[in-house]
Amino acid sequence: MRLKHLISMRDLTRVDIHQMLDTASSFKDVLKRDIKKVPALRGKTVVNLFYEPSTRTRTSFEIAEKRLSTDVVNFAVSSSSVTKGESLFDTIKNIEAYGVDFVVVRHSSTGVPNFIAEHMDVSVINAGDGINEHPTQALLDALTIREHKGSFEGLEVAIVGDIIHSRVARSNMIGLLTLGAKVRFVGPPTLLPPQAPPEINMYYSLEEGLKGVDVIIMLRIQMERMNKSFFPTTADYFSHWGLTNERLARAEKNAIVMHPGPMNRGIEIASDVADGPQNVILQQVTNGLAVRMSVLYHLSGGEHHA
Amino acid sequence: MPEKLCIQNGHIVDPSQKLDGTGDIHIEDGKIVSVDITSAKSRAKAKLTSGGAHVFEAAGMYVVPGFIDMHVHLREPGFEHKETIETGTKAAVKGGFTSVCCMPNTSPVNDSDVVTGFILNRAAGTAVCRVFPIGSITKGQKGEELAEIGCMHDAGCVGFSDDGKTVMNSLIMRRALEYAKAFGTTMISHAEDVVLAEDGVMNEGAAAAYFGLRGSPAAAEEVIVARDIILAQMTGGKVHIAHVSTKGSVELIRRAKKDGVNITAETCPHYFTLTDMAVAGYNTAARVNPPLRSDEDVAAMKAGLADGTIDAIATDHAPHHRDDKLVEFDKALCGISGLETALALSLQLVRDGVLTMSQLIAALSCAPARILGLPVGTLAAGAPADVTVFDPKHIWTVDSQQLISKGRNTPFHGMTVQGLPVLTIVSGNIAYAL
Repeated sequence: MRLKHLISMRDLTRVDIHQMLDTASSFKDVLKRDIKKVPALRGKTVVNLFYEPSTRTRTSFEIAEKRLSTDVVNFAVSSSSVTKGESLFDTIKNIEAYGVDFVVVRHSSTGVPNFIAEHMDVSVINAGDGINEHPTQALLDALTIREHKGSFEGLEVAIVGDIIHSRVARSNMIGLLTLGAKVRFVGPPTLLPPQAPPEINMYYSLEEGLKGVDVIIMLRIQMERMNKSFFPTTADYFSHWGLTNERLARAEKNAIVMHPGPMNRGIEIASDVADGPQNVILQQVTNGLAVRMSVLYHLSGGEHHA
Repeated sequence: MPEKLCIQNGHIVDPSQKLDGTGDIHIEDGKIVSVDITSAKSRAKAKLTSGGAHVFEAAGMYVVPGFIDMHVHLREPGFEHKETIETGTKAAVKGGFTSVCCMPNTSPVNDSDVVTGFILNRAAGTAVCRVFPIGSITKGQKGEELAEIGCMHDAGCVGFSDDGKTVMNSLIMRRALEYAKAFGTTMISHAEDVVLAEDGVMNEGAAAAYFGLRGSPAAAEEVIVARDIILAQMTGGKVHIAHVSTKGSVELIRRAKKDGVNITAETCPHYFTLTDMAVAGYNTAARVNPPLRSDEDVAAMKAGLADGTIDAIATDHAPHHRDDKLVEFDKALCGISGLETALALSLQLVRDGVLTMSQLIAALSCAPARILGLPVGTLAAGAPADVTVFDPKHIWTVDSQQLISKGRNTPFHGMTVQGLPVLTIVSGNIAYAL
């Protein structure tokens, strides 16, 4: 695997993804040790450039970076020159002048990681761009699924909720299809893509959409969607697309329930499911750390040697 | 400047007179004196008697009525860092255009005879081709109250548009179409239902789904095209649809023309050359409004030009400063600097057998003249001597940094194209020579 950037799940082959996950599994062992730090990236500098508010993804990246012994700089957008009207181009040229090795970027505009990769000599990791992609989320979801299901071939995965605005859904779709899983989208027609790839089956009914699935990936429903008439009220949404135990019973018996967080209990997921035996949500969080260590390690030229 | 000019041995195509043949054009005192497509022998004789003319040899070249771009943004007044009347018209003549119609979204907006007068004044002092202003339909292009259409018409506006914005209020559009009938002038419709377009930054479809960008549906254009057809039918006013980009719009306009509605339409070279896949890599040079569409829509533009549903080719020349494009894709301003690439891109339609040369020249000259009632677009004796000579065989590569326009925003950068103007004559004067 010779990768400089991780911008899209399309950057990775099936073999690449499995290698990333293998390395992540090794790092999980490191994370269980008393001393959790390894010197793999000592002397490297990472800038976390978050243009959108983020708690969990930013924290996860920062811990992963520190576990690998990199020097970490958090570029806090609200207190920076960006609020003084500096352009993205000037901001990244300034950061480049410091001589950093990695930029981890989250931005509300699709394509910003590509823009940085084009104009700046640095490895770029996409931590979420607009409605486009969030590849490390797809990798941590893949690791979680692999740990429970062993392989992806023929696995039925339902992604439920606000598909069109979800970079989690897009990166998962690309990654899971690459891995050989079958992917279906479930949600109200207003939140399903008008032009999905032909290999995706789409369901308006959650009851129908959950039949026979092995994995359920729930997406966060944002309140602003309601204000723009994608659905009438949260109550109307929950009564049709909220994941309850009754609906969960339609899926395979040992199906797992995933959520990228933060959750809206009582809107897209009922509390008894969120806290129930089939949820693997906190495991996703731990895996996120290991996967992000793996991505940084591979982009810096490391090879997996298990 | 020579008072007498003879362009000899060129392939003359003038759709306004149905001329198509090798011959000579004689120009004197800024007017066309005659077009002679008789035999070489008799032409030689005629030249002996005329005498004293500056001769331009045009063998192997096409000699046609000067092109008219009915849709450009010259950015002056207000945005002189993007373009001025001087730089914009220099780009025009390099592209073979002898007339340009400039859209009113300047600062201040061209919504009064005072601004119209300023533009014409600046043009008289700095322009190297004819400049025909388009006035705004509503005050400040706000879509709320009619601008002084009558006074602007008297001051020299040749048509009206809120270009860049749609007159979303159907009652105001109705009134505009009705009021304009008193002056025989045309309402140019920028067709985009801004509510339906939402915050789309490219065409809604498979490509937007692939790139993860928000789409604006073809329906956002078509809803307004349909509305304006209905309003034109109801009022008997003249409506012209700017920058048609979707198959559905072409079908609506085709049917409206069959039904006798007073409607005309233009499209732009980028809509028959590129698809929405051109935004690959989040290339902001390909961000334009309306957005680049699908293969099907590109095919519909060609079919629409071929059967006359689309009357004219305009560039929607929209020069921007590099700072406006060197940003996040969704923050980039919309527009393509189009004057200098239009001819070569359009000639591809002739090479591909979509249009005859005569059809293409009509779409670039006499059609826009007819739509807006301009006294140009013909090589008829006595007409202003606006003539374009171009080499149809010249192969060149588009280099954005070589554009004369201040706007270097072109998605055609690096593309190898064929056909180049070599001589552009405005009122009998050489405005551009390669």
